[in-house]
Amino acid sequence: MKKLLIAALVIFGFAATTRAEEPREITVFAAASLREAFEDLAKTFEAKSGVKVRVNLAGSQELRTQIENGARADVFASADQKHMAALVKAKLVESPRVFVRNTPVVIVPKGNPAKVRSFEELTKAKKLVIGVPEVPIGAYTLEILEKAGADFKKKALANVVSRELNVRQVLAKVSLGEADAGIVYRTDASAAKDKVEIIEIPAKLNVIAEYPVAVLSKAPQPAAARAFVDLLLSADGQKRLAAAGFVAP
Amino acid sequence: MLGGGLLAFLIIPVVALFVTGSPADWLAGLRHPITAPALLLSLVTTAISLGVLVAFGTPLAWWLGRSEARGARFVETVVQLPIVVPPAVAGLALLLAFGRRGLLGPLLEDTGIDIAFSTIAVVLAQVFVAAPFYIQAATAAFAGIDENLLVVARTLGARPATVLFRIALPLARRGLIAGAALAWARALGEFGATLMFAGNLSGRTQTLPLAVYTALESDVRAAQALAVILVVIALAIIIFLRPRRGRHAR
Repeated sequence: MKKLLIAALVIFGFAATTRAEEPREITVFAAASLREAFEDLAKTFEAKSGVKVRVNLAGSQELRTQIENGARADVFASADQKHMAALVKAKLVESPRVFVRNTPVVIVPKGNPAKVRSFEELTKAKKLVIGVPEVPIGAYTLEILEKAGADFKKKALANVVSRELNVRQVLAKVSLGEADAGIVYRTDASAAKDKVEIIEIPAKLNVIAEYPVAVLSKAPQPAAARAFVDLLLSADGQKRLAAAGFVAP
Repeated sequence: MLGGGLLAFLIIPVVALFVTGSPADWLAGLRHPITAPALLLSLVTTAISLGVLVAFGTPLAWWLGRSEARGARFVETVVQLPIVVPPAVAGLALLLAFGRRGLLGPLLEDTGIDIAFSTIAVVLAQVFVAAPFYIQAATAAFAGIDENLLVVARTLGARPATVLFRIALPLARRGLIAGAALAWARALGEFGATLMFAGNLSGRTQTLPLAVYTALESDVRAAQALAVILVVIALAIIIFLRPRRGRHAR
């Protein structure tokens, strides 16, 4: 028992010292759809500033809940205005700015097993996967279906087999071929273009997703956090985001 | 002293679930539209899972408990795999086995069975993760039966079925019930494999743990109320079905 205790103390001791010697780092909470773009931007930022970037990816609503419950983070990038606005109201973030836009698309597995040829044929997908209403992509999906008409919405929702908690889970289920169709952002679809096919949603029915970013009021590293936000808004940052399929605001 | 510290650590979070909410919060949570379908689905699916486990697990455990074969020891190890495999891995494995493009996908498609994202998938996930708990306990219970009792019964002319139902099962009863209780509780708490393999749809695949996770992102009170329901049911299961010390103690 005593030995075990000593071993534990030694391990904790080590952990404590390595922590103190660690280089400065910031924590970025980012909407799941930002995965590839932010992995790239994190590397760029690290190379430029020497500050490590830890990216925590999840549905925006999940990140918001984590922040509301005291999660330590420096930057929050949301896939919609709603969750950011809630944090602004709670005074947990400061002056958000929209840094990119994105558009939802329908995706089907390569080969299109349910033969969904157009958005109008979405109801042919007997297994449709969408986001929960709380996650931005789920809210956008409902908005799009709403615009497409009550009857269409009803038919489409009747074929929903799962409501996922973030957009990448929707993508995964279509990529695996388990779902006939799903609604994700264009950027997600292009991140998996060897596994899924894109079907455009008519512009008059579609919505434009605006991604706001903000520094947290209690950011442990506020200066570095602001520098990261500046990178997102810079020409270089925008170029990298555009490479992932995002559109400038 | 150290043991007390651990005990406190185990108890405090459960206490927190109860004391940080008010009865008004519980009521609001209970009335949340996510609650009733999840509760019903959890009860129905875990009952089916338990039925499947007892029906198929008991004969397997009987063989494992009574067989001297080397193969039996190997099977015993294989059966324990789901305990050490993370649930998310189990979910992926199930999807890759029974999904539409999975190993058995084409076979299942021919027979017209579509498992992924269905209530069947929920049951399969639960059976997968809970099976070891029942089989282990049942195997131990059967192994503990005095061989002589069975031999005597047979020499007195009892048929195998009679030996099983009148002697073996009653003797192993406590172990079987304890195993079933643990397996039931584990099935009730199943989350990772279900989310992956069965998806998340209210009324069809959204069990209580999935509802807790989903509700957390819109209404924390509902999530907490659901969590309390889960804890109360799980506690009830282990309290009422726990093997009693006393009369039959070996």
